[in-house]
Amino acid sequence: MTQMQLTGAQALIKSLEMQGVEVMFGLPGGAILPVYDPILGSSIRHVLVRHEQGAGHMAEGYAMVTGRAGVAMVTSGPGATNIVTPLSNAYMDSTPLVVVTGQVSTAAIGTDAFQECDITGVTMGITKHNWLVTSADDIPRVVAAAFHVATTGRPGPVLIDVPKDVSTATMQWYWPDLDDLDLPGYHPVTAPEAEDVAAAMAMLAAAERPVLYVGGGVLKARGADALRAFAERTGIPVVTTLMARGAFPDSHPQCLGMPGMHGNYTAVTAMQRADLLVALGARFDDRVTGKVDAFAPEAKVVHVDIDPAELHKVRRADVAIAGDCRVVLEALLSATDAERFGGGTDRLAPWWARIRAWQERFPLHYEPADGPPIKPQMVVEELRDRAEPGTIVVAGVGQHQMWASQYWRFEHPYTWVNSGGAGTMGFAVPAAIGAKVGRPDRTVWAVDGDGCFQMTAQELVTAAAERIPVKVAILNNAYLGMVRQWQEMFYGERYSEVYLSPDLPDYVKWAEAMGCVGLRAETPDEVGPAIEKANAVDDRPVVVDFRTDAFEKVYPMVPAGASNDAIVVHPAHEGLSR
Amino acid sequence: MTVAPERAAERHHILTVLVENKAGVLARVAGLFSRRGFNIFSLAVAPTDDDRFSRITIVVDVASAPLEQIVRQLDKLVNVVAITELAPTDAVQRELLLATVEAEPAARSQVIQLVGVFGGEVLDVGPTRLTVMLAGPPETLDSFEGLLATYAVVEIQRTGLVALPRLDPHPPGARPRREPAHLRRLPTPPAS
Ligand SMILES: Cc1ncc(C[n+]2csc(CCOP(=O)(O)OP(=O)(O)O)c2C)c(N)n1
Ligand SMILES: [Mg+2]
Repeated sequence: MTQMQLTGAQALIKSLEMQGVEVMFGLPGGAILPVYDPILGSSIRHVLVRHEQGAGHMAEGYAMVTGRAGVAMVTSGPGATNIVTPLSNAYMDSTPLVVVTGQVSTAAIGTDAFQECDITGVTMGITKHNWLVTSADDIPRVVAAAFHVATTGRPGPVLIDVPKDVSTATMQWYWPDLDDLDLPGYHPVTAPEAEDVAAAMAMLAAAERPVLYVGGGVLKARGADALRAFAERTGIPVVTTLMARGAFPDSHPQCLGMPGMHGNYTAVTAMQRADLLVALGARFDDRVTGKVDAFAPEAKVVHVDIDPAELHKVRRADVAIAGDCRVVLEALLSATDAERFGGGTDRLAPWWARIRAWQERFPLHYEPADGPPIKPQMVVEELRDRAEPGTIVVAGVGQHQMWASQYWRFEHPYTWVNSGGAGTMGFAVPAAIGAKVGRPDRTVWAVDGDGCFQMTAQELVTAAAERIPVKVAILNNAYLGMVRQWQEMFYGERYSEVYLSPDLPDYVKWAEAMGCVGLRAETPDEVGPAIEKANAVDDRPVVVDFRTDAFEKVYPMVPAGASNDAIVVHPAHEGLSR
Repeated sequence: MTVAPERAAERHHILTVLVENKAGVLARVAGLFSRRGFNIFSLAVAPTDDDRFSRITIVVDVASAPLEQIVRQLDKLVNVVAITELAPTDAVQRELLLATVEAEPAARSQVIQLVGVFGGEVLDVGPTRLTVMLAGPPETLDSFEGLLATYAVVEIQRTGLVALPRLDPHPPGARPRREPAHLRRLPTPPAS
């Protein structure tokens, strides 16, 4: 490989190949044109999107199901700004992305040249790091550094901005070692300190009402097996946050499900009453804690996170452990002696009795309907019950997202893809496409809202053209439903700018126009058959328009800013003693 | 002349931040402070003896966020190589002040005398104005600035402080070296 002269563009593609990249998502334009030329001879598959936001979310969906960095490539200026939303989304959810943007030539930078945008400036606060490459010689080193930073420590998105003259310049090819990446300030911690593990174990041994508060960090750390072993050894109840659905099987007797604003009563209340929270790769997000001062008031906290800045950020931890969740869980597991933790059941029996009583009194609940409109929760249940094991569920943002998280039964890690921290409407369709590209062996169902679908539906053209057979269930309630719910509950039923329409657009025709199969279900009896039909399609995308009840609300709900103790339960459960 | 540092010590902490000497690094540091709502009281940047690195001395207002959170967020910036926290009481600090003051002949000797008392210097003399300089701990500069205000100050500039740890007066080994707890696990800078 010595003495090989390459252009910067060739070096860039070759560097991506060296990183093992199998697919990237993108759309070309002036400043990135030189880099698109060597794609023709590359082993890397390029998926041509219809909007750069789609490329970003596809890369996220791909990354979330494979654990590998998702790669996207776009041009300068508007191409680059169109991918800002996915970068912000990936930053909030710690998803590893490598985004390559074209830039105007170095001599033109700062002159307001055509399609110039200071994208490293724009994305400084929403990337883990970004680079403006100023010499073709730097390309292999920067690409290797970018993948290293994106995928190690707390993962996250990075951006490489490549001016056009850097792509066209020639350089002497090389491939750097990890030691040559020139990252003197980057040292992610992974292993816990033994004394902290011991302190955590002492707290666990003394706890009478412990809860394992499991966040997305456990999935990032590939720690689901370690979590299960530790949970079973100690007998402690487990809650899985919106980012951690699937990290612990919903069917497991110790699983309490999702906590938070729309979490179930038991998960929320168990945390409130706990005397010890073991937070694993979770960040005490306001959607989980409710009013922070009133959150889990009696609980001591053991906080494990690979990002030391998360420790003590929102809630002071009694034991703070900076480290990779899998490594820490394994250390905790090997410190759990049978004597103190033998199944945990005896000591924790009174705690479990309280938990079981809450579960019995306050299960997730909705009133089924015999006729139209269809209950949205019923659609999720029917999808779930007719799905192959291992089906990947992708959600948009809104009521449908919460119902998907609540009513699906997550049994395996990496089967749930959603936009948690940013809450990005329009995430589902492109993220589902990326997930299907990453896991072509799996069925991928997007559960989307009618509002969300209209934001990024055009990527189904990409999916049809590229033969990526995703399935989309639109829970079509003719509203920006989640906002409608807030206006109903907190703004005196004054509905301001939330009505969409059930049939404008006509989703079936739109799906067909995009090369997909379009189906519709208007009554509860039509739900099952429509799903069966959709499941039978495997050569192109399918869209099913489910006409759902516009007035259904997501329960339970902790009103924004309120204490978790003020949880509003389904009206059918009101008045039950808590 | 020194002034008791208690007041400043409560809210102001000094961070000396070793950063890679690369384009945009100051923007990354400043951007982090603004987007996380951390307040900077003063900031000074200068090259180091190693041209790969620069040193930023930041005086942070810990009323805006716990120091530990500021340090840990700062440490996440890929270009930040090392952070040292100096409690004002454990640091020798200097700042530079330049001021141009109205000094009619009648007042001139008073101004010169004041500058002399503080150990400053007169840098420039005009028919009715003087430009003076003082280097010292920030509190000394505060006092000097207050006294100068009795004359008409035309313009004043301060650099923001730079600081180094106080040297341990005890012989090595006589006293265990105390490291701030939150810095215990932060990476050490590469040997340069
Ligand atoms: C890009 C973006 N814009 C606005 C919002 C605010 N928002 C949150 S949920 C929601 C309604 C979503 O409507 P729809 O997709 O129909 O889902 P539903 O709640 O009806 O299930 C809106 C507007 C958002 N999260 N993202
Ligand atoms: Mg809707």
